[in-house]
Amino acid sequence: MKSLTVLTLAFTVLLAGCSSLGVKPWERDLLAQQDMELISDPIEAALDDHVYFSKEGSSGGRGFGGGGCGCN
Amino acid sequence: MKSDTSLTRPGAALGASLAAIGCAVLQGLPNQAMAGELENWDFDAAVLQYTESNDRVEATEAVLGATRNFDSETSLNFKLTLDTLTGASPNGAMPSDQPQTFTRPSGRGSYTVEAGDLPLDDTFRDTRYTGNIQWSAPLGRDWSYSGGVHYSTEHDYESRGGNASLSRYFNNKNTTVTLATSLSLDVLTPEGGVPVGLSAMAEPGSGSFSVDFDASRDGKEADKQVTDVIFGVTQIINRRSLMQFNYSLSYNNGYLTDPYKIVSVYDTAGGTLQGYRYEQRPDSRLKQALFWQGKYQFDGGDILDGSYRFLFDDWGMTSHTVDARYRWRFGHQYLEPQVRWYSQSAIDAYQPYVTSAQLADDPQALTADYRLGDFDAWTLGVRYGYRFDEKTELYTRLAAYRQMPRDFGSDNSSDTTPADAGDLPEMTAVMLTIGGRF
Repeated sequence: MKSLTVLTLAFTVLLAGCSSLGVKPWERDLLAQQDMELISDPIEAALDDHVYFSKEGSSGGRGFGGGGCGCN
Repeated sequence: MKSDTSLTRPGAALGASLAAIGCAVLQGLPNQAMAGELENWDFDAAVLQYTESNDRVEATEAVLGATRNFDSETSLNFKLTLDTLTGASPNGAMPSDQPQTFTRPSGRGSYTVEAGDLPLDDTFRDTRYTGNIQWSAPLGRDWSYSGGVHYSTEHDYESRGGNASLSRYFNNKNTTVTLATSLSLDVLTPEGGVPVGLSAMAEPGSGSFSVDFDASRDGKEADKQVTDVIFGVTQIINRRSLMQFNYSLSYNNGYLTDPYKIVSVYDTAGGTLQGYRYEQRPDSRLKQALFWQGKYQFDGGDILDGSYRFLFDDWGMTSHTVDARYRWRFGHQYLEPQVRWYSQSAIDAYQPYVTSAQLADDPQALTADYRLGDFDAWTLGVRYGYRFDEKTELYTRLAAYRQMPRDFGSDNSSDTTPADAGDLPEMTAVMLTIGGRF
């Protein structure tokens, strides 16, 4: 729980620092492209997650680590 | 993921229901209105063919997604996934200089592995159906939320669950803070029943086989719950770049053992084989992960996408994952080389095999599943896409995935069971995806 408190604090500081970053609404042309979305292809991401979930001891991080299959 | 008998198909009913809802919505409209209605929909479809070398697992996974957009921020997404799996998977036992015979998980029959070969259980055959429905919408000017449900079913596994997330925008929507959670309730009904953890595998052909087999089983069903919480911050840096930080917790509780995995028992390290025990894992696991992703668009329009994940848990595992992609865009096309590196350390309960003396100490957990051992893995891939217009695209992706186990217990301390990486399962897989959206 302590690490969670420290992280929350770190994020709050980060958030304050972030106010000097960013763009004006009319500067979002490039960021609005589908290719610039953090997950630009959710289907590919889901297929990858399924493979790695089945073959490795780790899962999640980007999204939910989840259950959902008895994968081999 | 295991089947000695015919498959049940309750998931097909779910798929049919979803399709029926979609068709009913469209059929109720006159032609012109239907064309207009279709404008509000986006469709995604992809098929993945996954093939491991040496006749191990082969899988085909097909995904169909449909999204109804109500406005630029409000949408309802349906996703259906069907995957079929066949082939052989390491059962956990070590290779031996003698042929080895194993009881099938169902208790009906046995299979024999040649001397020197990695023991693979070749009876994997399963079909899984999954359905997801997800709703996303804004909540006033500075907030948005999302909620969804999922259901999946396969021969020996069923999962149902839901998720919810809430986002708050700051700094003219340049900063997004998200809190998301999901809950999954899973039920396992392993072929042949639930093995008693660390019990001896009944010896095929022995006079007391059926008594021994029954003694190694504890009911037909087991369950587990998975709760995830993610706290994330997405930050736009400038016109060309953005990044995301996530901290996530994943709590698994219940039956976390793989009912089909066993552990070889030797009299001493490197000694004579005594038999096999069913593996047993702890009944709870708390994973924590830190995740960072950044994206940058160059002057010419090319895009660099990089991410890093650090994961650790209370089973004693730590892992590092680095992923990088470079999308080279030219005209209607793009070419994207991809590379991923993954490295994990073994969990405390992992041993490639166990000695009789160690078993006499009554261990609480023990597994020889290579997926919880020490290994590194590479993925090298390339994706090619052609865009007909902003909404229509066809793409293909070819990737190779290679897992390389590391030596275990080379410090020669008396309480380890050392093994050379060469005796542990290595694996190479090829993944081919073809997909499109319109």
